[in-house]
Amino acid sequence: MKVVSIAFNTFRENLRDKLLYNLLIFALLMIGSSLILMRLTLGEFHRLILDIGLGSINFFGTLIAIFVGIGLVSKEIEKKTIYTIVSKPVARYQFLLGKYLGLSLTLLINTAIMAAGLLAVLYFQDVPVYAVLFKALGMIVLEFMVITAVALLFSTFSSATLSAIFTLAIYVIGHLTPDLKAFSQKMEGVGRSVLEGMYYILPNLDRFNLKGNVTHQLDVPAGDLLMIAAYGLIYTAFLLMLASVIFQQRDFR
Amino acid sequence: MDLCDEQVVKINQLHKVFHVGFWGRRVTAVDGLSFEVQRGEVFGFLGPNGAGKTTTIKMLMGLIYPTGGTATLFGRPVGDQVAKAKVGFLPESPYFYDYLTGREFLRFYGHLFGLLGSALDKRIDELLELVGMTHARDLQLRKFSKGMLQRVGIAQALINDPELVILDEPMSGLDPIGRKEVRDLILRLKESGKTVMFSSHILHDAELLCDRVAMIMKGKLVACGHVSELIAGDTTNEVEMVIDRLLPEALERIKPLTGKVVFQGERVMVMLSSQQAVDQALDVIRSAKAKLVALTPHKASLEDLFIRKATGAQQPVEARL
Repeated sequence: MKVVSIAFNTFRENLRDKLLYNLLIFALLMIGSSLILMRLTLGEFHRLILDIGLGSINFFGTLIAIFVGIGLVSKEIEKKTIYTIVSKPVARYQFLLGKYLGLSLTLLINTAIMAAGLLAVLYFQDVPVYAVLFKALGMIVLEFMVITAVALLFSTFSSATLSAIFTLAIYVIGHLTPDLKAFSQKMEGVGRSVLEGMYYILPNLDRFNLKGNVTHQLDVPAGDLLMIAAYGLIYTAFLLMLASVIFQQRDFR
Repeated sequence: MDLCDEQVVKINQLHKVFHVGFWGRRVTAVDGLSFEVQRGEVFGFLGPNGAGKTTTIKMLMGLIYPTGGTATLFGRPVGDQVAKAKVGFLPESPYFYDYLTGREFLRFYGHLFGLLGSALDKRIDELLELVGMTHARDLQLRKFSKGMLQRVGIAQALINDPELVILDEPMSGLDPIGRKEVRDLILRLKESGKTVMFSSHILHDAELLCDRVAMIMKGKLVACGHVSELIAGDTTNEVEMVIDRLLPEALERIKPLTGKVVFQGERVMVMLSSQQAVDQALDVIRSAKAKLVALTPHKASLEDLFIRKATGAQQPVEARL
């Protein structure tokens, strides 16, 4: 109950944040712009719309996850609003979980709006829609959940600016982990161990990217999908637990 | 009732050391603090800025962990959820969710205590009326003035009908009317059987309100007890006398009786520290045909005690209970 109240309060906070609307409008404009770009391209219209559409949803959703996510906790500490929450009969992990779920809800609804925009464009251009598109959208939401958890983890012990830098770094590296592994194979000794360690510890965000499957209309087997979902959820749970442990130790000065 | 039940707050040898800066320099914010707050009293927690008042209160509310010592609320260790459910807390210069309206704000805090539905709505209406904010219930907090924020902050501290209300600097930044309203509210809380602990550096307010006070300087307790006892034990009662048309030779006769003479144009102000000196000075005035303008007993106040303690803050005195 307490977690749900905090989640809805966070959701309401997000809804009254102008940043969210700006990003959402940009995302919808980007999706719409594929209609103009289409006229400049020869053939492959469908692919272009899907590519730009999914890319925009992913990019703007990530921006929301990072820039709203880093403020989830650090803003509460800076503005001292957390004093009134932690002094109530609310455990600190409940606070964190509530904040996390609130932003996840915002991201889910945002993604739904952006997806509706994309579907509208696809509908008006008579592009056939396959089930794999919805699977890809589901995986995008899952990726947002992992990124939000990363942002939340950093914001429990560092400032908003540092958290943004760290989370962006994790996001970029997270999409390059296959390269990290390939690179580690070419090294020896300590360097190899470090890179391999990074490969296993950092989130492999590229796993959530099913854009290729959508544009090429290649379905993803349910087993694979389940594995990716399990990976995302377990990774998120691990991040949230780590964030709770750190947050539990903190003094709010 | 058992004596232990009467102690709503009990702090024993509480310590807090902060590590500040890059090198982690140790700063002792609270140094071996011990005191208790009894059920039903208004307890003032006094000290200059930076004395460690807020740090102590934060430790009581589970926002900061003590480095040493213990603190209990209702006999339970701080941070205990059951104890927290019986406490209302207003932080210093509170910042709230400014995107919420007055009513939404209180509803959110009500939910955190598990309050729901029409019972909560009724409680919210009562509280908004109590703090005189009914007119602003649908206004976003970002449009509130400081005084309004303080009032709605007090309302959130009372949402769970707490047995103990802890207010950190509730009067700071308020105008005289606002301060009086907060004072009235504290007295009303006391009348309804609640225990109130508040911190302040405005001693006048504390003197008017408190049953007992604790005074801290540099994180150490320097005085604790009933206001009247602390004041009575502190200074002798002085009398301030203002005299008009006092001839120089008469003044020479009064000078040995007083420690302090101040000239205010035609007038002379003298401080007398005993009844005998006052009588003698009056005799001189009558015989010299001077005119007595004012005779004001200089009552000892918490401020005198505070200033004396502040000057001697290096050597904390024994707590007097």
